[in-house]
Amino acid sequence: MGRITLDKVTKSFGEVNVIPPLDLTIEDGEFVVFVGPSGCGKSTLLRLIAGLEDVSSGQIRIDGKDATDMPPAKRGLAMVFQSYALYPHMSVRKNIAFPMKMAGLPQDEQDRRINAAASALNLTAYLDRRPGQLSGGQRQRVAIGRAIVREPSAFLFDEPLSNLDAALRVGMRLEIMELHKRLDTTMIYVTHDQVEAMTMADKIVVLQAGYIEQVGSPLELYHSPRNEFVAGFIGSPKMNLLRGEVAAQHGAATIGVRPEHLAVSTSEGQWPARVGVAEHLGSDTFLHVHDHGFNDAPMTVRVDGEMPVKHGDRIFLTPDPSKIHRFDKQGLRI
Amino acid sequence: MATKASRAAARVMISPAVLLLLGWMIVPLALTLYFSFLRYNLLMPGMEEFTGWDNYSYFLSDPAFTAALTNTLLLVGGVLLITTVGGVLLGLLLDQPFWGQGIVRILVIAPFFVMPTVSALVWKNMFMNPVNGLFAHAFKALGLAPYDFLSQAPLLSIIGIVSWQWLPFATLILLTALQSLDQDQLEAAEMDGASALSRFWYIMLPHLARSITVVILIQTIFLLSVFAEILVTTNGGPGTASTNLTYLIYMQSLLQFDVGMGSAGGVVAIILANIVAIFLMRMIGKNLEA
Repeated sequence: MGRITLDKVTKSFGEVNVIPPLDLTIEDGEFVVFVGPSGCGKSTLLRLIAGLEDVSSGQIRIDGKDATDMPPAKRGLAMVFQSYALYPHMSVRKNIAFPMKMAGLPQDEQDRRINAAASALNLTAYLDRRPGQLSGGQRQRVAIGRAIVREPSAFLFDEPLSNLDAALRVGMRLEIMELHKRLDTTMIYVTHDQVEAMTMADKIVVLQAGYIEQVGSPLELYHSPRNEFVAGFIGSPKMNLLRGEVAAQHGAATIGVRPEHLAVSTSEGQWPARVGVAEHLGSDTFLHVHDHGFNDAPMTVRVDGEMPVKHGDRIFLTPDPSKIHRFDKQGLRI
Repeated sequence: MATKASRAAARVMISPAVLLLLGWMIVPLALTLYFSFLRYNLLMPGMEEFTGWDNYSYFLSDPAFTAALTNTLLLVGGVLLITTVGGVLLGLLLDQPFWGQGIVRILVIAPFFVMPTVSALVWKNMFMNPVNGLFAHAFKALGLAPYDFLSQAPLLSIIGIVSWQWLPFATLILLTALQSLDQDQLEAAEMDGASALSRFWYIMLPHLARSITVVILIQTIFLLSVFAEILVTTNGGPGTASTNLTYLIYMQSLLQFDVGMGSAGGVVAIILANIVAIFLMRMIGKNLEA
């Protein structure tokens, strides 16, 4: 069980209003990702759910029960911190056992859960080491182990992978997704990395300045972003947003075309342009295209890795007409 | 920079300082050792003669020695207990956010800047004086008979005075240690269901272990040689009730003019200090590793 409902929740620090009234429902067993730029209030929102911050007004319900004024430990949630927050003077075993010790579980039950968590997370060989003797990825797994043994109704992850190197991050991402499939427990995951959000989430909550810009599955957000902000934030590389006459031709204030929805030709096409820097990834190449005549910022185009273009070449771009996103003056989708 | 020539040059250049320090230590030590084997009384100049271990046997068999040894250990132990426990509690208190935090923190450190002689005099005359002291007035206001701290509980009173001086030091070091504790750890423990007391016991106290070790080691060094407070307040009395080893050596060599005996006492004190140091390092030194 782990159905979390936020009802008109607000949070202000002194005069500063971080979270305006916000409603959100997280269904049992869902993997929900809060994503947004730095300072958008996503971590604050997570800490409100955890109980580490008090809400200024509104109500938080967990499984139908009012949890607004419950202390963190009583909410039945487990949190994994960005800094891992392991207890440095305790062995891995004691770190994992700590929540159970605090709950007063019998020793044999503690041992059973520790061993189960350790074998699930490949930590068995390290149980008697201190956190200081472990690598970043191992520490992350200990932090997850400490969360698992409590058998919480929901897991909260606060940017858990941002201290890991790129290769480890991909590995841990898969492990967390695997864990979610196995435990089938609600997980709330905070990140500023939209790749993590897209790959892991059942449901993404895009936040900006405390406001929810859009809630939906990754593909919903990708295919039909509700406004310009979501359009620019979701998708990598970013969507090209074009204003002015070209947008007016499509009956909009702004149009957006994703880099992968632009066809490139050296001989003919709708929009002539000049190639700038090319980023070769092997399978794909990202071209930064200048002099397209729409606005000053270069456009990004994704082409096949074999495409024989170089810096300074003249090319022509043709957008896929069915994949053009149109936005009105307020930035809302038309 | 680690060529043979540079290493040799470094040695040559550092040697004057090292030799000076070594001499500064060796000469007094050697002289003390030498005097401790002499029958050397300032009242009988020119009569010095070698007496072997006599000074040591007289010093160690003096009943005042046992009393002084016990008092020294009680003084050191008592002050350590009060300052570390009090320092942790005060540190926890000062770590809370409250209005006027900065000024209060500076005020807390103030007693450490008062000279031992001055603070002992203030305590003796302003607080503990049985006629005019503030404590006496307080007792009288409550209808009780004034208590003469320095004659009825001399050692305890001195422990109190010395603790007052060293509490700020312990508080300061432990407060900075508390501030360096990762807040995420406390929040994680809170999520894990730890009560405030458990958080203190399982998270904060282990984090403070190293700083407590430092406090104990540094304070022990200074507390073994407490002198001014005793001289100013009780003169070691009544009897030997508040005489510690330092004060006993002072009495032997400068009140009874027996330099030989005082030197023997000094050598005994050096040996005792080393024994205490070894015990301390054994007990808590492992906290300083890693």
